[in-house]
Formats: sequence, structure tokens, C-alpha cells
Amino acid sequence: MFAWSRFAAVVVKEFVQVRRDRLTFAMMIGMPVMQLVLFGFAINMDPKSLPMAVVAAESSPFSRSLVRSLEASGYFRVVAQPATAAGAEALMAEGDVQFVLHVPADFSRKIARGERPVVLVEADASDPAATGNALSAIQALNYSALDRDLAGPLAGLRSPAPAFELRVHRRYNPEGITAYNIVPGLMGVVLTMTMIMMTALAMTRERERGTMENLLATPVRPFEVMAGKIVPYILIGYVQVVVILVASQLLFRVPMVGSLALLSSILVLFIAANLAVGFTFSTLARNQLQAMQMTFFFFLPSMLLSGFMFPFRGMPGWAQAIGEVLPLTHFLRIVRGIMLKGNQWDDIALEVAALAAFLLAAGAVAMARYRETLD
Amino acid sequence: MAEAALVIDVEGLTKRFDDKVVVDRFALQVRQGQIYGFLGPNGSGKTTTIRMLCGLLTPDGGRGTCLGFDILRESARIKREVGYMTQRFSLYEDLSIAENLEFTGRIYGLADRRRRVDEALERLGLGKRRGQLAGTLSGGWKQRLALAACLLHDPRLLLLDEPTAGVDPGARREFWEHLHQLAHGGMTVLVSTHYMDEAERCHALAYIAYGKLLASGTAAEVVAGARLHTWAIEGEDLAAVAAELRGAPGADMIVPFGARLHVSGTDAETLASSVSAAAARRGLRATSVDPGLEDVFIHLMRHAPEPVTVAGRAEG
Repeated sequence: MFAWSRFAAVVVKEFVQVRRDRLTFAMMIGMPVMQLVLFGFAINMDPKSLPMAVVAAESSPFSRSLVRSLEASGYFRVVAQPATAAGAEALMAEGDVQFVLHVPADFSRKIARGERPVVLVEADASDPAATGNALSAIQALNYSALDRDLAGPLAGLRSPAPAFELRVHRRYNPEGITAYNIVPGLMGVVLTMTMIMMTALAMTRERERGTMENLLATPVRPFEVMAGKIVPYILIGYVQVVVILVASQLLFRVPMVGSLALLSSILVLFIAANLAVGFTFSTLARNQLQAMQMTFFFFLPSMLLSGFMFPFRGMPGWAQAIGEVLPLTHFLRIVRGIMLKGNQWDDIALEVAALAAFLLAAGAVAMARYRETLD
Repeated sequence: MAEAALVIDVEGLTKRFDDKVVVDRFALQVRQGQIYGFLGPNGSGKTTTIRMLCGLLTPDGGRGTCLGFDILRESARIKREVGYMTQRFSLYEDLSIAENLEFTGRIYGLADRRRRVDEALERLGLGKRRGQLAGTLSGGWKQRLALAACLLHDPRLLLLDEPTAGVDPGARREFWEHLHQLAHGGMTVLVSTHYMDEAERCHALAYIAYGKLLASGTAAEVVAGARLHTWAIEGEDLAAVAAELRGAPGADMIVPFGARLHVSGTDAETLASSVSAAAARRGLRATSVDPGLEDVFIHLMRHAPEPVTVAGRAEG
């Protein structure tokens, strides 16, 4: 009983309404750009040049070499040299420094005697993400920092070559540029946000303004309304994607290793899945405020549990289970896979299937919730 | 001459919201070409009844047909041939006049949509303002546009829910002339209203309060059926007379109409003696008059049973 004319009626109407609502339209185009610039430039998961205080009980070539090699790693910047440990403690408590390096008084002497003096590094680990990389850089320095100073009779104290060589290849993002991870992810985040909100509001608005009563009194079928309301937003979603892709190339030079065509075809699925969620919310919400609240109720876990902000594998099993339900989780794997790793269809088929399953389920709920009467 | 076919024929129509019975075993018969007036106080169930007739609400009980289609099972068919004008303006305020009509035309799948929209605009006299947003129209123009949208698909039945609320008298008169033309052309119209002058323009009336049908028929039949006797008192200081008559035997209802006071009751003799006594004391003139529709409706409402609440447990 699907009629193209009724479907077309809803599509045309939605297009005209979206076009006429200038502010919303501007927001839909402006928001991805704003978020991209903001997050793309602002978020850095690998912070460098962190402030450090050095409490050196002795000043020797060894201690100077140690400090120099720490600075050379790029993670540390010596900003203060307090005389006492108490002074350093105050600096860290006030947040002026993130690290304190304690060089013991008999540092050189103990080295010369082969006694392995203890050098203490204190880190403000209240934010583990901010200190993690810097601390692992210290581990790597540890053994070779003084090799150059251990010359002549002290050469025997140089750290021995390990029994095997460990070689690390950082694949897909060798320089560890955060933007490569964030920018493709933002595509999913922006789409989740706008697509759910737009449909949730569009339907609730009909009810709030009383136009729903008129619509229900006509022969239009639920599926025609739903499809007709979804199609215009799919196109808007694509416009957002183009904006983000162009900006990611121009501003961040994020590589596009895989197939753009593959990504575009999967996008339909992801956008439609989000629209179905929005449509479901609109059948539950009594007014536009509630629709907004529901959107955020869905949006926050999407942002936090999908692997967009925090590593997915770092979450406990139950949180991963929630994350697996969210369409954004699967889309992030797909979009990062295609853009950074050059994933092919075979690599992502499972994620696509998960998206499709979500779309079917959300669509079924939306259709079941849609009332043809005002009851 | 055989009577025209029944366009609406329902009985026992019942609707509950939670425990409150909003429409209680309502029966209605409307014949083709009739303008049928639907009257009753606010919240009496008029809108609910209209919504049940066009399939917007599912009745909890009762059965019947609308345009020959079963109201319970064939609401999709009914929707195609009914024009429903909601109480509140329910076209899109952010679409232009023409876009609203185009939308309606597409929804009903009209083959000659463009021509019909142009004709409708022409009839409305809005041909030059077709691009204006519907939200910027005044109340009267919104109502005309809403009616034009309802009529675009040539419905056989028009359901109008307080179509003239907030519309000025000139526009109301035009609106009713239009309705009579449509009815003359064979269209059936069910219209709810609060205005007595509009009620008198209907071929038949139903008065509904607290979800129950209290009276129906032509205006004359409704008046006669109430068995109400009315006296009119004219002169000075009517407020004092009214105060005096309140509670007097036989005077059930005292309603001031400007320079006249209508006193009504069902017991003709007691009423007559009370009224003439009160009038005589002040030297005023009291005459027996025919009760008007308004007198009858106020009388009906006062004597309507209190709203019924049904507790589900009581039945089980």
C-alpha cells in the first residue's frame, strides 16, 4: 500500500521546512566544521613538553646528561630547579609542574663505584592519560642516558646490549598524530548528534504544533511518513560528511587510504540507523524538550563508550557490551579502518552487519511505536 | 420522496481516557446533504466524537459506519473521502499557502494537482499571495485556507471542529454561505460550534454534554422537546428582579439578555405565577415567549447528569 505520491509529499515538505529554518540549516553545516576545528586542533592524546622540576643534590656531568636526555625525548621541559624536595612538592601540589626529578647527592660517586644509584621521578598521575606516554619514554631512556659519559675506565659500566632487539612498527599512524584518530571519528559523532536530534525534533514538532492531527487524518501511511522524513536528512548527512572530509584533508591531512565509494555506501546505513533512533525518540517524547533530552541520553554513551574518546579495549566487559550495541562503535571501526588502514569490504563485513542489524531493530521499534491514531 | 442516504450512522459509541468516560454510548445519524450542528459545553466530547468518526481515535465501544465504511475496520477508506478541519490551525505555518495546498494534493494523490491548487487559490482570492507563509495569515484567512485544504480532494463528508472560533462575524457569514452551497451540491457537513446563530443555520442539531447525547433533531424539535416555558421581563432594574426570582418556585433558570430577562422553567403554572408576581411588584411587564435555543441549551446543560467515572473494578 506504499504510494510514491504520498512519500514524495512528505519528502518535499520536509525539504522546504529544513530550507526555511535557516538557523538549523546553518547549524547542520556549521557544527561539523566547528567541532572539527575545535576537537581536531585541541585534542592531543600524546602531550609533550610537560613541565618538570629538577631537585639536583649534586651538579655533575652525569646529572646534567640525565636531564638533557630527558628533555631530548620531547616530553619534558625543565621549568624549575628548587633547592629542596619540599619546594618541589609545593610546585607539584599547585600544579606548576607535572614531574619532579630527584638526583641524589652521591649520584656520580655511586655510578663510579658501580652501585646503581636510585633516581626518583615523581609524576602527578592524577590524570593518567597526561603522564602515561611521558613515563614510558623515561623507561626507554633509562639505560642509555649516560653511555656517552661513561668513557675510559668507566666504559665497563655502560648498559650491556640486550640479548635480543625489540623493534616496534607503529602501523597506520606512525607519528601517533591524534587528529588521524579524532577526525574520522568526529564524522560519526557529528552524524549521531545531528541525525538523531533532527528527526526526533521534526516529528515531535508536528505533534507540538498540532499538525500531526491533520497528517493523521489524511490517508498517509506510517512507513511513508517515516521514509519521507528520513530521506531529506540522509542527504543532509552526506553534506556533513563532505564538509568533514574536505576539511580533514585541508586542515589535518588525514590520509584516505581506502575506498571512498565503500565508505559512502556504508554511510547510508549508519545515517539511517541514527535516524531510526531519532524517529523512535520522537514517538516517545511529548515535546521538543524531551526529545532533546533523549537525544543527549543516547549521545553521551555513544561518545564515551564507542571508542571515540577513550580506548574501547580499556573498558570492562559490561561497558564493551553496551558499546557494541551502539551504532557509533561499529561505524568508528569502519571509518577508521577504511581511512587509515585501507580496509576492504571483507575486513569490515561484520561491523556492517552489526549496523544493519541495529537499523532493522531500531526501524522496527519506530514503526511499532508510530501511532496512526491520537489514542 | 425517499430520504437521502445515511452518511454517518453510529450507535453506542464510547470512548474512555483512563477511567473517565468522555463519550458515553453516543448515537448519531446524519443524512447526505445535511449540515449537522454539534453543540455542547467545552469538554463535552464533541472533538472526541469527531475524531472517532474519522479514525483518529479508536472507540472503546460501539459500532457504525461513516460513508458506508466501518468506522472500526475501514478508517483508511474513510480518511480518503473525509475532509477534517481541526479546531486548531493544523496546516504548516512554515510552508507557504500554495505549498500547503500542494502538500495536501500530493498526500491525497490527486492527478490534476496543479489545476486544483490553482483553482483553490483563485476561489480563495489568494492567487497573488500564494507564496506567503501560512503562519503570517490572520485568523480568518487561516480558516479559509484550512477549509480550502479540506476540500481539495472533493470529500463526500466534511467534519469541522469549531471552524469559526475566533473569526469575525463577516467572515463567519461568508463561511456559512459557503457551507450551504457545498451541502446543496450534495456534500454532508458535521460542524461543531458554540454560536447560537450558527446552530440555527444547521439542518439538524445534536446537543451533547458530559459525553452524552441530550437532545437531537431540527432546532424546532429540540426546543419543543425540552418542554420549556419562558417568560420575558422588560424594564428597569432587572438585576433586582433576577435576585428576587432566584429560588422562587418554578423559576428554574434566569438568564439576562441585555434589556430583557428570560425566566424559564418546566412547570408552566408555578412559573407563571412566580413571574407575574415578581413583575407586578415593580410594575414591569412580563410576557410569555417561545424559548430560544440558548435557553434550551442552558437548561439541558444544567439538568445533565454529572460526569460519570467508571472504575474498572466495579465491572469485574
